[in-house]
Amino acid sequence: MASIDTPSPSARSGSGERNILARLWYEKETRGVILQILTVVLLFAFIAYITLNAIANLALLGKTFSFDFLSEPSHYDINQTLIEYTSKSTHFRAGLVGILNTLLVAICGIILATILGFILGVLRLSPNWLVSKMVYCFVEFTRNVPVLLHILLIHGFVVHMLPKPRAAQEWANLADLVFFTNRGVFAPMPLLGDRFSWVATAFLVAVVGSFIFARWAKKHQAATGQHLPVVLINLGAIAALPALAYLLAGSPVGWDIPALKGFNFRGGFVIRPEFLALWLALSLYTSAFIAEIVRAGIEAVSKGQWEASSALGVSRGRTLSLIIIPQAMRVIVPPLTSQYLNLTKNSSLAIAIGYMDIVATVGGITLMQTGKEMETMIIVILFYLGVSLFISAIMNWYNNRIKLVER
Amino acid sequence: MKRIVLGATAALAMMATAANAGTLDDVKARGELICIVNSGFVGFASTDASGKWQGYDIDYCKATAAAVLGDAGKIKYKPATGKTRFTILNSGEGDVLWRNTTWTFVRDVDVKLAFQGVNYYDGQGFMVPKKLGVKSAKELDGASVCIQTGTTTELNLADFFRVNKMKYEPVPTENNEESRTNLLAGRCDVYTTDASGLAATRATFKDPENYVILPEIISKEPLGPVTRHGDDNWSDIIRWVKNALVAAEELGITQANVATMAKGTDNPEINRLLGAEGNLGGMLGLEKDWAVRAIAAVGNYGEIFERNIGTKTKIGLERGLNALWTKGGLQYTPPFR
Repeated sequence: MASIDTPSPSARSGSGERNILARLWYEKETRGVILQILTVVLLFAFIAYITLNAIANLALLGKTFSFDFLSEPSHYDINQTLIEYTSKSTHFRAGLVGILNTLLVAICGIILATILGFILGVLRLSPNWLVSKMVYCFVEFTRNVPVLLHILLIHGFVVHMLPKPRAAQEWANLADLVFFTNRGVFAPMPLLGDRFSWVATAFLVAVVGSFIFARWAKKHQAATGQHLPVVLINLGAIAALPALAYLLAGSPVGWDIPALKGFNFRGGFVIRPEFLALWLALSLYTSAFIAEIVRAGIEAVSKGQWEASSALGVSRGRTLSLIIIPQAMRVIVPPLTSQYLNLTKNSSLAIAIGYMDIVATVGGITLMQTGKEMETMIIVILFYLGVSLFISAIMNWYNNRIKLVER
Repeated sequence: MKRIVLGATAALAMMATAANAGTLDDVKARGELICIVNSGFVGFASTDASGKWQGYDIDYCKATAAAVLGDAGKIKYKPATGKTRFTILNSGEGDVLWRNTTWTFVRDVDVKLAFQGVNYYDGQGFMVPKKLGVKSAKELDGASVCIQTGTTTELNLADFFRVNKMKYEPVPTENNEESRTNLLAGRCDVYTTDASGLAATRATFKDPENYVILPEIISKEPLGPVTRHGDDNWSDIIRWVKNALVAAEELGITQANVATMAKGTDNPEINRLLGAEGNLGGMLGLEKDWAVRAIAAVGNYGEIFERNIGTKTKIGLERGLNALWTKGGLQYTPPFR
């Protein structure tokens, strides 16, 4: 404040306008505003500069900026397609195939990483010394080796160690139904008959019924204190009802069993080495981080909760599932979100082993064949941005649901 | 504000133009040619045990550096994959692309590249392990096919299998080395790329005799040097360095006799090429003896071919389409006059 009362020599000698500017500058609050305005202006100037630079350089090369190429035929084949696709399909569809492949490996990876991570995290706290130390070693090894090496290692293992198709037919199979080859795991694929809808309906009924039963059982327990084996009953229902429907419908499911024809197994269902390697590597790598997050979350719950629970005679397993984990989730969810985001983005390493994700299709082959670097990269970036924001939104919603409600 | 934006655009455009137009001046000022090459392709561009680059495309880089800078050693090699090569060239990170690149309409016109002729006439073929007993590419229905992603071979492959109503599983990789590993491990039954590439890859196997290259050649793959659009002078230099090496073979000029011939001969075409008559080099913005230096560095077209990939090397390619036009091949140069 002293500086306002006695303006600096330069401000005194300048015009009135400069005097005001100097005063604004020496006032702490207005200076903050000025700095913020300057930052925003500089940021926009920088964005304008790189945009203009890109426009100028594209113009210089005589290149146009347009997404018309998306409707042209792609002319290339993709080995793993979740939707129908041929080399006559458009680049747009090739991009869609790539997006679905990315989402497939990301979703499978998140599921497996979460399951493994929770198991490992809980085992890490096990009172059993050997179990705890083994998990510790696994976690430290896995999370301290770059994920790209995990991918290459597993891919190399599958491709070099598993037998070629002809040898697999002789020995690397389960009851001549599932074949383990270095070109993938071939398993029978169910062919659904007309009456399969009976089974599907029975399954749906069982699931919905289970939910209703679980809610009722909870109320019942609250009212009477009587505890019913809900999980057992529900699992039984979910297994038994569809099985009954299956028999009533006269076994409406046929099986397409893979068989060696020519070079490869044909028919059935295949998990390619590229998917297998990427999926397992991303899951193992991320599960190590999740294990540490889960451990931290559990340890963040006050020890008194354990003691109070055991004083009431609650078993260790129940204490964990009913008292500790619900509280630990509040600590676990925010860092878990960023692990999910990491896993999804790490899936772009797919190109190292030739898994055809969005980077390999739109950001790779389409880019090369059409020369549209700017457009294809924008598509890829926007896709990852969109997926990441979507995952964040879901996790934030979940976090809001479970967070501590202050009364 | 609008004026500032326009001014900025103009300034940027001018800056970029200045950086792009004079590749020759840039190279001379730098004292070094930046040559974009394959990251590893025995016979064409690879490093030996001591880390020195060698191969067919590398010799062209050397000839260019010798013609432009007078020293075949002043080269910085910039290895590129099939996917990154055009971006590296177009962004100005390299001066010229000598990297077994196929000349196609879309690349020439739409990707805005400037192809400077053909230094190797190639075609796409298939290589399979002998024990599969395959005699023709038409027997490959259902096979797993290894392929380098982002190349023209990927498109030819899709067309070939579709036209012949066969199915296949593409197994894409980023470079030749990974495809080689996949083929040896049995991840795929077949490897497809340019026939020259198949021969070069087979030469690196422990048991090359156990692999056969199938008779079908399913595409035209004219390979040649590439420059950026919009620098005609630099493009002229690249094109005529390439032509000079073909002309040298045609005229009987070799690495051994070029110094003697440069002093003057009875043949006016030789004299014009080697700078004893006229000043073709000056028209390109180079020294008078530009072609002498290029030939002295690596020899004529035939010498480059035989030394790197010819029948006496372990790659063992015939001249075939790449013989001189006078010997039934396609290698031909416009006249030096």
